[in-house]
Amino acid sequence: MKNKLTELLKNKPQNLLNIFYTAGYPQLEDTTTLLTALEKAKVDLVEIGIPFSDPLADGPTIQESSKIALENGMSIEKLFSQLETHTPQVPVLLMGYLNPVMQYGLEAFCKKCQEVGVDGLIVPDLPMYIYQTEFKEVFEKYNISNIFLVTPQTSEKRIREIDDNSNGFIYAVSSASTTGSKADFSAAADYLGKLKDMKLKTPILTGFNIKNQQNFQDACNYVNGAIIGSEFIRQITDAQDLSKAATNFVTSIK
Amino acid sequence: MSYQVNEQGFYGEFGGAFIPELLYPNIEELQENYLAIEKSPEFQEEFHQLLKDYVGRPTPLFLAKRLSEKYGAQIWLKREDLCHTGAHKVNNTIGQILLAEKLGKKRIIAETGAGQHGVATATVCALKGLECIVYMGEKDIERQAPNVARMKMLGATVRPATSGSKTLKDATNEAMRDWINNPEDTHYIIGSVVGPHPYPDMVARYQSVISEEIKKQMDGLPDYVIACVGGGSNAMGAFYHFLDDKEVKLIGVEAAGLGVDTDKTAATLTLGTPGVLHASRSIMMQDKDGQVIEPHSISAGLDYPGIGPAHAWLKVSDRAQYMAVTDAAALEAAVEVSRLEGIIPALETAHAFSVLKDLDLKPTDRVVINLSGRGDKDMNTYMKELNLL
Repeated sequence: MKNKLTELLKNKPQNLLNIFYTAGYPQLEDTTTLLTALEKAKVDLVEIGIPFSDPLADGPTIQESSKIALENGMSIEKLFSQLETHTPQVPVLLMGYLNPVMQYGLEAFCKKCQEVGVDGLIVPDLPMYIYQTEFKEVFEKYNISNIFLVTPQTSEKRIREIDDNSNGFIYAVSSASTTGSKADFSAAADYLGKLKDMKLKTPILTGFNIKNQQNFQDACNYVNGAIIGSEFIRQITDAQDLSKAATNFVTSIK
Repeated sequence: MSYQVNEQGFYGEFGGAFIPELLYPNIEELQENYLAIEKSPEFQEEFHQLLKDYVGRPTPLFLAKRLSEKYGAQIWLKREDLCHTGAHKVNNTIGQILLAEKLGKKRIIAETGAGQHGVATATVCALKGLECIVYMGEKDIERQAPNVARMKMLGATVRPATSGSKTLKDATNEAMRDWINNPEDTHYIIGSVVGPHPYPDMVARYQSVISEEIKKQMDGLPDYVIACVGGGSNAMGAFYHFLDDKEVKLIGVEAAGLGVDTDKTAATLTLGTPGVLHASRSIMMQDKDGQVIEPHSISAGLDYPGIGPAHAWLKVSDRAQYMAVTDAAALEAAVEVSRLEGIIPALETAHAFSVLKDLDLKPTDRVVINLSGRGDKDMNTYMKELNLL
């Protein structure tokens, strides 16, 4: 089966909008409602968070959405059963912490990802050397891209190493921070400029702290696109009409 | 078999550094420097001088005659309760503050459960004039009020962790998030043998002074070394220099809470399964979906759903035995030690005493119990649970 993510990224397109939300939030069955709405609104990629009890790389907004999703009864099994009812048209990434994936079973997890049309994984607590020694083979067997993060503190040498080991995009965190913190986006401009000048072979998307069209455009001046998570979750949290709120938000950005 | 960490940071299958990329530079800096700094003559000199003149080491090894009589064996108490600040925790914070200084860090963060590690961190920060922020679960702030006040008096900022179970696990999450947000000027002083490599090894090394002294203080080897385990730092310190002495039985005592057959427990090694928590692979309490189960123990210092990877390895390789003691049994033991020896132990430590009745002891057996902390901080709980008012 072809990988929609690598297809999309083949010609290094610009202005890619990737929307993140937490599976099973605000209500358990909203996962596919949001996916459908985002597809119709023509986002380029969708990243779905698998909730975890101890999301240590996430800020308060995503922590809270994870907590509610778990209370709603979300699990990896449930997420796969939801995705089975809706074959994604856009590239879909799952973002999840290592422990729930390990308990599900790495091979079973990757196999299921391929079956339901998931193209890539972001596992923030999976370090590169463990990926290479223990995970890579299985990811490749099921044609799943692994997405690495880089930060302003990542050395050039390590960025080059990550570039060599990437087969999707590189997720550039725009300031050294947990998701959704309040730092000004402009602080990231220098850093993204440096990344641009490195002329990496892998496309770059930046995330963390992108909130509006201005931020999005600023980011796209340097890299291939941006990921919006916390702000999107804030927008849908109390929405009367979830699909409409999702559509309106995407329209306001792109 | 080796019980020490290997070059990749693993104890057998356990350990490692499962860190977000955001923490990679911080952890890499520690991994590359911690051994060289520890081995440097300046570090060794200042570390030992502070342990002696500031902490009050060596702590005595005390023959507890009335306990010995009651249990029919020679029972020795390693008096970590006599350390400055009232528990073994300060051995580690002295080591880590010197390390942080050598690395040029200006800001110190820490997590704390019972507050002993928070106090020990606030203490060394005051000593060195460094900014100190301690994360503590909201529930623990309530039940360990005296330690919160001590930290504040020492000039530290205490920030409540309000997520999850509002205890040690959540304070650890918050401290890690702080570190992610402040990667350059901040050192995170982890208080136990948990977290990503090199922390489990580094903390074990700083705490190993406990077993180093026991070895010098005893004539020959003990038959048993017993210590309570939450994350496992006092136990690792007490076991460290006996790991290769196979004839010494090592016993870790975890908190069973209301009982290992209830859902209110913190008996990680008794009930847990392998998984990744707080950036290392170890044994943890989790449900079938890999979500962390919120633990329960009357003792805030043992109220943790994980355990240091070295302990997971000692258990799996059968080098140490782990037992679980309920809240009620720990309280009973606390009263007994108080009345037989005139020592009010910390609630954590009381768990270790409670297994004496379950061991098949001979009169010639020499048992060392690591008396990891004193009970002053637990007086609120003791007053309430034991009707002392």
